[in-house]
Parts: sequence; C-alpha cells; structure tokens
Amino acid sequence: MIDLFIGRWPYVLTVVLMLIGLYGMLVKENFLKKLIGMNIFQSAIILFFIVHAFKWGATVPVYDHHLGDAVEAYINPIPHGLMLTAIVVSVATTGVGLALLVRIYRAFGTLEEPQVLERMQSRNRS
Amino acid sequence: MIESTLPIGVPLLLLGGAIVTVGAGLVRRSAAWPITLVVLVLSALVSVRQLLVVLAEGPLTHRLGGWPPPIGIEFAVDGLSAFVTSVVVVIALLVLLYARDAVRRETPEEEVPFFALLQVLLLGLTGMVLTGDLFNLYVFFEISSLAGYALVGLGSREAPVSAFRYLLLGSLGASFYLMGVGYLYVLTGSLNMADVASILPGLIGNPTLTIAMTMMVAGLSLKMALFPLHGWLPDAYTYASSTATAVIAPIMTKVSAYVLIRVLFFVCDPALRATIPVGSTVAWLAATGIVVGSVMAIAQSDVKRMLAYSSVAQVAYIGVGIGLGTPFALIGATLHILSHATMKSCLFLVTGSVQLQTGRRSLHSYEGLGRVMPWTFAGFTLAALAMIGIPPTAGFFSKWYLVLGGINAGEWPIVLIVVASSLLTAGYFFRLMEKIYANPSPSLKANDPGMLARISIMALGAGVLVLGVANFWFVGEVLQPALPATLRLTGM
Repeated sequence: MIDLFIGRWPYVLTVVLMLIGLYGMLVKENFLKKLIGMNIFQSAIILFFIVHAFKWGATVPVYDHHLGDAVEAYINPIPHGLMLTAIVVSVATTGVGLALLVRIYRAFGTLEEPQVLERMQSRNRS
Repeated sequence: MIESTLPIGVPLLLLGGAIVTVGAGLVRRSAAWPITLVVLVLSALVSVRQLLVVLAEGPLTHRLGGWPPPIGIEFAVDGLSAFVTSVVVVIALLVLLYARDAVRRETPEEEVPFFALLQVLLLGLTGMVLTGDLFNLYVFFEISSLAGYALVGLGSREAPVSAFRYLLLGSLGASFYLMGVGYLYVLTGSLNMADVASILPGLIGNPTLTIAMTMMVAGLSLKMALFPLHGWLPDAYTYASSTATAVIAPIMTKVSAYVLIRVLFFVCDPALRATIPVGSTVAWLAATGIVVGSVMAIAQSDVKRMLAYSSVAQVAYIGVGIGLGTPFALIGATLHILSHATMKSCLFLVTGSVQLQTGRRSLHSYEGLGRVMPWTFAGFTLAALAMIGIPPTAGFFSKWYLVLGGINAGEWPIVLIVVASSLLTAGYFFRLMEKIYANPSPSLKANDPGMLARISIMALGAGVLVLGVANFWFVGEVLQPALPATLRLTGM
C-alpha cells in the first residue's frame, strides 16, 4: 500500500486536486464557486501531464552540444506544449463562464443557485 | 492515403468566414447573414466534393505545416468523416435559410455575433471530425463547445443559467476526454490516431488502458448526452433561441457520437475491445436512456422541452448501435446520425416558427395550428412519422438496422426496448398530432413563415422521405465503405 504513494505521490496529489475541483463543481451552490471548482479540476489535469513529462536531472529540450543526442538528458517537450494549449482553452472557458455569470447576475440579481432557480420558477408561473 | 488539401478546406473556409463576418458586421449589421450563407454554400460544396473524392479514390490526408505524422498534426479523411462533415454542413446550411428572419426577431442585438459564433461552432465540429490527432480533437472539441455555450446563452432570460450548467458539465466531459488522452499518451507516446491504433494491440490487458478508454468514453458520453449524463440537455435546448436549438440539437451530440465511434472502432481493434467492457455498458445505459427519455418526453407539456427529451432518447439509439458494435448495429448508428439530424432540425424549426408567429409553446396551445400553417406542419408531420419509425421514412430504416444488429448480437432485451420505444414515441407525437389537426379557434391568427424558412422546413421534411426511400443505395455506397473492414456486412 505504502509503495503506491512513495513513488507516485505527485500523481496522488493531482487526483486529490481533481476531487477537490469535482467537489466544488457538484456540491457548492454558488455559481462562481462552481466555476472555480472547474478551474481547479482543469489545473489538476494540466499538472498530471506536466508531472508525467518531468525527469530528474534533465534540462530544457533545446539541443546542447555538451549533452549531444542523449535522450534522457532532455525533458519531453510535447506534454508541455500540449498543456500550453490546454491552459489557453481553460482561460477561454473561464472567460465564457464569467460572461454568462454577468448575464445571470443582471437578470436575477444573485449567483446563488437555489435563489436563481426560485426566481426562474416564479417568473414562469406568473 | 492520398495527400490533398481538401481536408482542411471546410475548417479554413469557416474560420475565414467567422473573421470576415465580425469585420463586415462592424460596418453593416445586415451583412452577417449573406456572408454566412456564401461561406456555408462553399463549405457544403467542398464537403460533398470531398465525400465523392473519398468514395472514388480512398482516404485523403493533409499534413499541417508539412510535418509528417506521428510528430506533426494530420488531417485524415475517410468515408465516415467525409460523410459526417457533409451532414454537419448541409444541415447547418438548411437551418441558416430559416435563421435570417428568426435571428433578426429573436436576438436583434446579437445578429453579428450569432452568425460569427455559428461559423466558429461549425469550424470546431468539422475540425473534430476531420482531424487525425487525438489532442487536436480535444482543441476542436473545446472550440465547438465554447461557441455552443455562447449560442445557447443567447435567447431568453433563463438561457444563461442553462448555458452555464452546460458549460460546467461540458468542460467536465472535455476534461475527462483529455485525461483519457493523457493516459493513452503515457502508454503509447503518440497522439496520432493511426499510430496509436498500431501500437495499442501490443498493450492488451494493461489496466491503464482500461482506465484511459473508460475516461474517454465517459467524457464523450457526457457531451453526447447519453443517459445518465444527459442532465444538461433539456434546459439548454428549451431556453436557447430557436435557431440555436435547431443547429445545436441535431449536430452537436452527433459529432460526439462520431468521435465515440472513431475511438472505439478505429483506434481500438476488435481483440482490444473484447478485453474492455465498455461496449456492453454503453449499450445498456443507452437502452435505459431510450426508455427514460421517451417517458420524460411524454410527461412534458412544453413542446420544445418534449423534443429535447426525445433527443435524449434518439441519441441513445445511436448509443445502442455503438454499444452493440455488430455490423448492422453500426450501420444503424451511422444512419441514425443522419436521419435524426434531419428530422430533429425540421421539428425544432417548426416549433421555432410557431413561437415566432404566435408565441405559443405549450402542447395545448398547438390546437388547430396545422390548419392555418399547412406547409410548415406537413414538414412537421413527416419528421414526426420518421421519429416514430414508420416506413418508408428514414427513421424506420435506422431502427431496422439497430434491431437487426441487436438480433445478431443476441441481446434480446435491447431489441425489445428498441421496438417498444416506437410505441412510446408514437404516444407523445400522436397526442400532438391530434391537437395540430383539430379545428382551430376563430381567434387563431398565424400563417406559414416566409419563403426561406418554408424552403428549409420543406427540404428537411422531404429529406426524411428521400433518405428513407434511397437508404439501400445510401448504405451500400456510402456507409458500408466508411466502416472498418472487420465490421462490414458480407454478401451485400
């Protein structure tokens, strides 16, 4: 059991982070907190990719004459490149989410989910 | 594989179109619709040409920036992706005809952003279909989703709330997919679909592979609104503007279904699929979804919401086909992508027209509308009959293939559910039909919508019939060559 954690503690931490994010998205009642939960969740996935790409004692993936072709001397650049894209996507998603929240706040005057739902219902009835 | 620039044609046209639309919209707001129309007509021509070339000469590829795969990103088009691209663009084009007047009346302030976002949405969807790279697919996935959230958020006062919930769940789905891609990358060191497909057979029995596939399927099912992950769909469709619903409902869930087919049947090979219990799980969940969606649809009094729940049930048919995974079932699933896109867009266009003309949405208020809007409801009736699955409409044949597929797989309970669900569908549509063709009250003032909207509704209605009649040709010539060789019918 303990072996599972010793070698892989960064992975365990990303899973914990994912669960925190998921908890925020599903359990919190404030829309803004849900959005923050989503951000935490996405960050956990970004960290998962980065942790996987990391090597002890390796350097940036730019060709170095002293190191030559030794593959183990360079960090894998692909996950980093992918995650740059993922970060951009996550920023864009947050932007759209915040824009929607502004519209919700203007229409209902609150970001608390139960109250918003209540006001939606009462409008439909009238 | 033939090297060609055709695969990037449609996404590039749409990207250019979106930018030009925003630019021209700053000067003249009314320029947005004609520009979008031109772009979509061109895209439709390119996508149909691409389909013909692929059918005649075989798969096409394009290497972005000249980098060879698996290092570079590759756009790969085979029969299936060319087919789905054509469906997406042609349906969007038909809905666009209706959109001119509807968008101007429903969301007059947002006319330019609406059409620009529409093109970005289609850019994302066609990109998802055409790309041959798993991570690139995620990026297009998010492009289409972001445009989709914004489109759903326009419309009524409640729309932003449902759009926000859609955004949370949609991002969760995309994140799960990304996580799955991450695991696959850890295992194979590659992101190119063809390359991953050639590496995976050596990894059979690896538990990480099961986790990777489960995460990808879960994420895609969420976007596809497969039961029990359909929670976002009814609200999103009900509160969005009629044009947004008519574009998003028929197309977006289908593209996710396509990606599911791509991952399960093209990236995984049969021996690998047999070791992962994903197929039967998807089939059973989808079968439950058919029943739940249909029953919920019967319980609704708002017509648009009823159609939204019926979408849950109809997407589940595709899920059943994918889950069963037999040759007939896959034909059923792919044919249902097309037939459901045609009928659902037609139905949503009609409810949109009714809402624009009379402001009515509830089932009871549809009384007599069929008499005063004869052309519109002729299309509606055709599409509704196809939804129930009455021959010779398109809906009948896709269910027919699904039933055959279920019999081949020996899954009798699922066969029973697919057949019995036609009765449930008939339940909610006949109830509506009865109202529509009742005698109108004298105070009812409505008539058929303008010429363009009428053309799009009639074309989709007629399409349902034509697809049904021509389906043997269609299955033999287009869908059969599109499926992997191990999953083709023999002797057809």
